[in-house]
Amino acid sequence: MKQVTTPNLLGATDNTPNEGISSVGGHAQFTEMHPPLDARSALVESDRCYFCFDAPCIEACPTGIDVPNFIRMISNHNPAGAAAVILQENIMGGTCARACPVETLCEQSCVRNKEGDKPIQIGLLQRYATDTAMAAGETFFTREPDSGYSIGIIGGGPAGLSCAHRLAMLGHQVVIYESRQKTGGLNEYGLAAYKMLDNFAQREVEYIMAIGNIDIRHGMQLGDNISLSEIQSAHDAVFLALGLGACNMIGLTGENSQGVQDAVDYIRQLRQAEDLSQLPVGSQVVVIGGGMTAIDIASQTRLLGAREVTIAYRRGAENMKASVKEQEFAQTHDVRIMHWAQPVKLLVEQQKVVGVEFKSTDPTANQENFVLQADMVFKAIGQLLEPIDANRNIQFELEAGRLRVDVERRTSQFGIWAGGDCISDGDDLTVSAVQDGKLAAQSIHKFLNGTRD
Amino acid sequence: MADLTANFIGIKSPNPFWLASAPPTDKAYNVIRAFEAGWGGVVWKTLGEDGPPVVNVSGPRYDTLYGKDRSVIGLNNIELITDRPLETNLQEIAQVKRDWPDRAIVVSLMVPCEESAWKAILPKVEDTGADGIELNFGCPHGMSERGMGASVGQVPEYVEMVTAWCKHYSRLPVIVKLTPNITDIRHSARAAKRGGADAVSMINTINSIMSVDLNQLAITPTVGGKGTHGGYCGPAVKPIAMHMVADVARDPDCQGLPISAIGGISNWRDATEFMAIGASNVQVCTAAMTYGFKIIDDMVDGLSRFLDSKQMPSLDALVGAAVPSVTDWQYLNLNYVVKAQIDQDLCIKCGRCYIACEDTSHQAITATQVNGERHYEINDKECVGCNLCVSICPVEDCMSLRQLNSEVDTRTGKMVSGEYLNWTQHPNNPMS
Ligand SMILES: Cc1cc2nc3c(=O)[nH]c(=O)nc-3n(C[C@H](O)[C@H](O)[C@H](O)COP(=O)(O)OP(=O)(O)OC[C@H]3O[C@@H](n4cnc5c(N)ncnc54)[C@H](O)[C@@H]3O)c2cc1C
Ligand SMILES: Cc1cc2nc3c(=O)[nH]c(=O)nc-3n(C[C@H](O)[C@H](O)[C@H](O)COP(=O)(O)O)c2cc1C
Repeated sequence: MKQVTTPNLLGATDNTPNEGISSVGGHAQFTEMHPPLDARSALVESDRCYFCFDAPCIEACPTGIDVPNFIRMISNHNPAGAAAVILQENIMGGTCARACPVETLCEQSCVRNKEGDKPIQIGLLQRYATDTAMAAGETFFTREPDSGYSIGIIGGGPAGLSCAHRLAMLGHQVVIYESRQKTGGLNEYGLAAYKMLDNFAQREVEYIMAIGNIDIRHGMQLGDNISLSEIQSAHDAVFLALGLGACNMIGLTGENSQGVQDAVDYIRQLRQAEDLSQLPVGSQVVVIGGGMTAIDIASQTRLLGAREVTIAYRRGAENMKASVKEQEFAQTHDVRIMHWAQPVKLLVEQQKVVGVEFKSTDPTANQENFVLQADMVFKAIGQLLEPIDANRNIQFELEAGRLRVDVERRTSQFGIWAGGDCISDGDDLTVSAVQDGKLAAQSIHKFLNGTRD
Repeated sequence: MADLTANFIGIKSPNPFWLASAPPTDKAYNVIRAFEAGWGGVVWKTLGEDGPPVVNVSGPRYDTLYGKDRSVIGLNNIELITDRPLETNLQEIAQVKRDWPDRAIVVSLMVPCEESAWKAILPKVEDTGADGIELNFGCPHGMSERGMGASVGQVPEYVEMVTAWCKHYSRLPVIVKLTPNITDIRHSARAAKRGGADAVSMINTINSIMSVDLNQLAITPTVGGKGTHGGYCGPAVKPIAMHMVADVARDPDCQGLPISAIGGISNWRDATEFMAIGASNVQVCTAAMTYGFKIIDDMVDGLSRFLDSKQMPSLDALVGAAVPSVTDWQYLNLNYVVKAQIDQDLCIKCGRCYIACEDTSHQAITATQVNGERHYEINDKECVGCNLCVSICPVEDCMSLRQLNSEVDTRTGKMVSGEYLNWTQHPNNPMS
């Protein structure tokens, strides 16, 4: 494959949009997607909040953060109090402030929209509060006296960490089994780099772990070097938070040729790269998919110097899982979004991909098949739950290929809870994973205290 | 456009906008800039008696009450009268008046409460060619401790006495500037009138402590670890000044006593309101100190357009136009009944009206869900028409009051006649 490395990331060339890239310590890095608010802008913005009664933004937040209350505290020069309000409901308030699609959640529900005005910038205000508190080393949570119970959690992503933190607060001992070397799940390996600058994922993990009584064991992979029954017998309750490991296949021949990659795998490399200029980037990139992952990989490869980046999605703009704002973000970074385009053939020469043939799925147009040249093709068509118990001794009820849980996040197996991307009904957002973890912890606590209804 | 020419107790100016006696009028340099910008007149920064001038602190003199966007809501100062030699000021006044004959220059004075002191300074002021004098009986800090300023203004007998001296020793028109730091400003205004004052101006600044610096736990502005009360002015004092102007304007004992209004005037609307409530002209300080002299453009333009829109050919038609609307509570019509109403199309469902009424008033608004959306509705049975919901609704025109006419008020079960009935006539009034 013709690999276009990007040695001149920092110098403008015709094809290199470089405003999203900067050099830190001689290494190429992404720059901030939405620059944070300074203290003064935060005061001004917070003052726009109407402090609604029974505010719709609280309801719109999957973790139920008391948004008007925290904003009022910012406006009264109390960012620490604001952070406490946020983190009480959402211990990953820092990441969510950076990564939540607020335009479809809290900010969409803001009553200011009804006035034809801009919504309050809730995400940026949340970031201001949490960043300020974290920078000042403010912590807000303590542990209750030791309960003597121990809970095993599989997966150290948002769902696992949120559950662990809440359980630790409630006095329980927690062990997290994590297959990778770093904690944080997709916060560390998946979210777009320009949302999570300055090693934020790890800083937040440390902040959360500081509560104590959370023991994290890296390199422990369920189904590989540890089994579910081993974990079950070592703990009083189990929480499954392993996300989605496997990648969906497009189902075309040539998917294993050089240049065809799983988007999430590539983003993982990107997030771990010390110097982005060393990362191989195609010249003509085609991304297949229509969600957040598609937007992220397209924008990031374009920022890294790909000459042409096209997202091909098999249905219309309104069907895309990525919000309008995210689509616009990609488009303003010179990414082309093509709707009604379904891949029918991967064009491969000497085991390397050279293009993709599409058929038009537009019901209103009658078009012929067309070809997009490509030296890199990314699959961003969603992920799958990996088998949880390879031996199938423990069978879970599934729904749409994911674990079925009740409102308290209990699986069909007694003593096992689950949350985050691995459960059905989820919306595949960090904030929802955090909420799942919190709810599961509360349910586990109730269960352990014998007050189960 | 309407003619804004003003004639205030014989002092003419091209418009009714003067700068109040304060730093903007402290010396020729500022005053000339003000005249160049278009101000109709100035009241020169208060002069004291001949001799070594007063000394101001060299620490901070001001402190501010801010809106969240750092807009200036109120200003507090601990500045004294002019700290420049009397002779310098008099020479500059004479020169500026010569160069700007069409503008009003009034000289503010504050000397000890002794006849000889006033007798000494008045001829010197007259010699400058100034148009009039303003007696500063208002300054609440620094000077009052020395038996001047507010300490004179707070005693009606002194106000009358000093005013009479000034009328006796000078031919210039006398404006008496009143302090708001009293319980009833009418007593001071009546005293000024008895002393022969040509007019009163009001208000001077209000005694105030702006804030406590929570790091140092010391009041602000902090001068070397300590602070003192200052004088408060700016937009925040406007309602207080309006009340005082209206009180004097409708006081039978003060009829025929012109008023120059001061206090929180920042734009043409403020100025117009003050004139409607009885002021013949207005003076401005804080707004100029916040934005500079250029704000005069908006004031002049806005006022003349307003007069045009009301078909008022000159200021006379405006002055006092709203005075008849001011009355005492006991004369308000108790048969005037209103209910709040919500324009559901404009409602943004913030719920503020509901929670304000529910927590703090009459439980007259219901909160329900209609088609999955928040919905707020007035319950006429409980609504007393208090206007709280309308006042705190963030959307303009969304909430309003509706007058009941020949219908039953469901709260009282009584027919609303609208027929005038005030408290003095009300059956519940033991005195009626
Ligand atoms: C590219 C991409 C971009 C995204 N961008 C956003 C965004 O901008 N905003 C947003 O809100 N959401 C975004 N999401 C979704 C969000 O990242 C997820 O919804 C969220 O991380 C789910 O959390 P989780 O804890 O369930 O799973 P994960 O974050 O996937 O964490 C699972 C953890 O379990 C570990 N694990 C997996 N299998 C095993 C095993 N067998 N044994 C032990 N450990 C195991 C993993 O290593 C990982 O640490 C994005 C997702 C992707 C893929
Ligand atoms: C710094 C400062 C100094 C002042 N000095 C005087 C003064 O010397 N003599 C006087 O009569 N009033 C003085 N005042 C009061 C103003 O003339 C005016 O009455 C008051 O500020 C209210 O008007 P405003 O709200 O427009 O500022 C001073 C006000 C300020 C802010």
